[in-house]
Amino acid sequence: MSRFAARRLAAGIFLLFVVSFVSFVLLSIPTLDVARQLLGQSASQEAVDAKNAELGLDQPVLARYARWLGDALTGDLGTSWFTSEDVLTAIGHRLPVTLSLMLGVTLVTALLALLLGVWAGVRRGAVDRLVQVLGVVGYALPGFLVTLVIVLVFAVQLRWFPAIGYIPLTTSVPGWLSTVTLPILSLSVAAVAGVSQQVRGSVIDVLRQDYVRTLRARGLPPRRVLFRHVLRNASAPALTVLGMQFVGLLGGAVLVEQIFGLPGIGSMTVTYTTRGDTPIIMGLVMTTVVCVVVINLVVDLLVGWLNPKARAA
Amino acid sequence: MSEALMSDDHPRAGAAAPRRANRARRFLRNPQAVISALVLVLIGGAVLLAPLLSTGDPDAAELSKAFAAAEPGHPLGFDSAGRDVWSRLLHGGRNTLGGALIALAVALSIGVPGGLVAGYYGKWFDALANWVGNFVMALPAMVVLLASRAILGPTMWVLMVVLGVLVAPSFFRLVRGIVANVRGELYVDAARVSGLRDRRIIARHVLVVVRAPIIIQTALVAGIAISLQAGLEFLGIGSGDLPTWGAMLNEAFQNVQRSPMFMAWPGLALGITSAALVLLASALRDVLEDGDAKPPKLRAARRARVVTPATPDDDRPRASLLSVRDLAVSYGAGASAVDVVHGVDLDVAEGEVVGLVGQSGSGKSQTAFSVLGILPEGGRVSRGSILLAGTEVVGLSEKGYRALRGDVVAYVPQEPMTNLDPAFTIGSQLVEPMRLRLRLSRKAAAERALELLRQVEIVDPRRVFHAYPHQISGGMAQRVLIAGAMSCDPRLLIADEPTTALDVTVQAEVLELLRRLQAERGLGVLLVTHNLGVVADLCDRVAVMNAGRIVETGSTEQVLAHPGHPYTRTLIDAVLDDAPARPAWVAPRTDDGTEVPA
Repeated sequence: MSRFAARRLAAGIFLLFVVSFVSFVLLSIPTLDVARQLLGQSASQEAVDAKNAELGLDQPVLARYARWLGDALTGDLGTSWFTSEDVLTAIGHRLPVTLSLMLGVTLVTALLALLLGVWAGVRRGAVDRLVQVLGVVGYALPGFLVTLVIVLVFAVQLRWFPAIGYIPLTTSVPGWLSTVTLPILSLSVAAVAGVSQQVRGSVIDVLRQDYVRTLRARGLPPRRVLFRHVLRNASAPALTVLGMQFVGLLGGAVLVEQIFGLPGIGSMTVTYTTRGDTPIIMGLVMTTVVCVVVINLVVDLLVGWLNPKARAA
Repeated sequence: MSEALMSDDHPRAGAAAPRRANRARRFLRNPQAVISALVLVLIGGAVLLAPLLSTGDPDAAELSKAFAAAEPGHPLGFDSAGRDVWSRLLHGGRNTLGGALIALAVALSIGVPGGLVAGYYGKWFDALANWVGNFVMALPAMVVLLASRAILGPTMWVLMVVLGVLVAPSFFRLVRGIVANVRGELYVDAARVSGLRDRRIIARHVLVVVRAPIIIQTALVAGIAISLQAGLEFLGIGSGDLPTWGAMLNEAFQNVQRSPMFMAWPGLALGITSAALVLLASALRDVLEDGDAKPPKLRAARRARVVTPATPDDDRPRASLLSVRDLAVSYGAGASAVDVVHGVDLDVAEGEVVGLVGQSGSGKSQTAFSVLGILPEGGRVSRGSILLAGTEVVGLSEKGYRALRGDVVAYVPQEPMTNLDPAFTIGSQLVEPMRLRLRLSRKAAAERALELLRQVEIVDPRRVFHAYPHQISGGMAQRVLIAGAMSCDPRLLIADEPTTALDVTVQAEVLELLRRLQAERGLGVLLVTHNLGVVADLCDRVAVMNAGRIVETGSTEQVLAHPGHPYTRTLIDAVLDDAPARPAWVAPRTDDGTEVPA
């Protein structure tokens, strides 16, 4: 098990290196004249050259990447070109917002998808068709459209929740809840739709397995067979889908944070990419990929724990 | 496995031509497919004809008309800048759908050839392409698109090419998977041996198989591309001034407090298009992938289950352990119901070994499952009576049945490996029923499980107890299953082809084990098999089954030596013709002097 985990971790770290290199090289293609943007159109060529030298832009890409990597390995991601904020601090301020959102969505999705999927897979019939229709609709509608409808209904019409703004968890728990409920709801729709279909499919699959019949023939109550044996075997593929959904959720968070005015790394991505602030963009890309790697690792470990055969793979 | 894949998942290559017409008819008969396709054609047509259908220039702004209501020539009114909403909706659709089309074209032209080559040739290209595909899929598309915008500038069309690259892995994976499967098929091997060039094989045999899945995937990916494109535009980071549905939504959202209605038009356009694409994809799946086999009507079958057993009016004595009378099993309900067992009579006395013989599909396993109450979904006992140790089990509740399973009747299945839960250790699977059925403590149950493993002649019981099913051999797994069946001291053992899946040497050992346990415990056994050698070896009596009916019963000696029914004779002749019969029954059991050849 520990060798399995170490291998997955090594693959994740390799992925981080590749992403950092590719992003850095691509971002170094000079399409936007950053120095001139910073100094204004009237700045002299000497001033622009001096600024470029200050930012290190006069050096070859590989040398710049080597320096960035060396700094990054010591925990220094540089400072923003435009605001002189420390990248790590800026991201550190905003990451908890996004992570609390993700955590909420993951919990809601795991719970609802399991419930709906098992219900549909065991009962079949009308319940099953209803869950399938919900799944198709939830999957089909663009996420941000669903979000807009949710804002219209619950914030603009019913006024149950604020349409915009964020209250940190440390300031007030009910306040935090009132600001994250709608964002979490918005992000959960597609995730629940996708994962519940997978749960339904694997529950139906596992129920048809020979060992389920054999366990019943040994005199085990159907409920016990369902909750102990069927659920455990069905949850490994469902977890994999949940992990894949997470990648999509990080993208969805960009739109949802923008719509609800949440100060997370999603809205930060929008703000800084339009300006071409390379240190911040690199920091954001790395943060995102670290999140993906960690989630995949957690999913792999859980799947390995649920399915002994996967450990050997 | 490969056979199932071919017939269920992929249309067979050779039958492609006559099926095409058939598919068109199926498409037209599927309302979901027709309606969603029609909606898409309507939207596409309206968007293409935008200059004809709308009067105004989508960008012409008359500030005096901001938020003005509909008027002739402007059916949807004006937006916050006084621009014609109807005209912007149509022209915006052009840009939105056009952008999605670019992304789709890029994704198809990278993903499909890549998948074909990787799946067909494999080797280093496959490994590399697969890694790249996984890599791209691990990146959140929205974040990559935003980062690309920082590099490439705010041109929507270029971003759509990037989006195409980002969704290409979904085609690549699909095609690669199918092609790698097809490549292993015999007809592709045959084509290669007969000297066809790779290019012809791909064009003739491989493309045909991937075509339908690609069409379905295209509809799904189109939906994703549209939604991401609109999302980008909604964030206001596409091509600023171009009218698109996303940009219109953004603008309407800014003014949501003043007039929420403006969100409705682009929202509806986007929602309907995406929904139609996904619904089309799911309908196409039914149409293209031979999905006309309807699932059995489970609810109806459940309702139709018989509750009262029919008492047969003959006075044949019924055996004390198991007595089946006039058993019928059917699948489905109403007019589509199919009977697979028609009126079977069967008796097993205490300590007696009865063989139930027949070819596959003769209904012998269905009979065995009925006795255990574990018919697959959709199946039910539609007639007859089954007495199990004196209890009528036809129409018995699940709870009542459970009291019999394990300690009255137990089951040894055919396929050892698929009958153990892969997620639990052997030990926990043996212990669990004993704790529930015999109310043993965890420790006592574990001790008993180890003792049982010893009894089924497993050399290292402790290791097997802690092993997972995938860590032991098939023969070992069958011994474990026999131990499981014995664990609650049953009086009747139902063994369904217990040796068929095993190697020949292991078969003999497992049969020997069954014989020993039967003799030691005085078990009654119903042995379901197609192997007459096994019957001759173990059984006191034999019942021969064909097409859902018992055609002959009698003592093993009598039936094998003097078969009365022509079907029995065919079975015996088949054994003599090819497979060597087990030598055990050859010499001693022929009493008329003629040597039965082995």
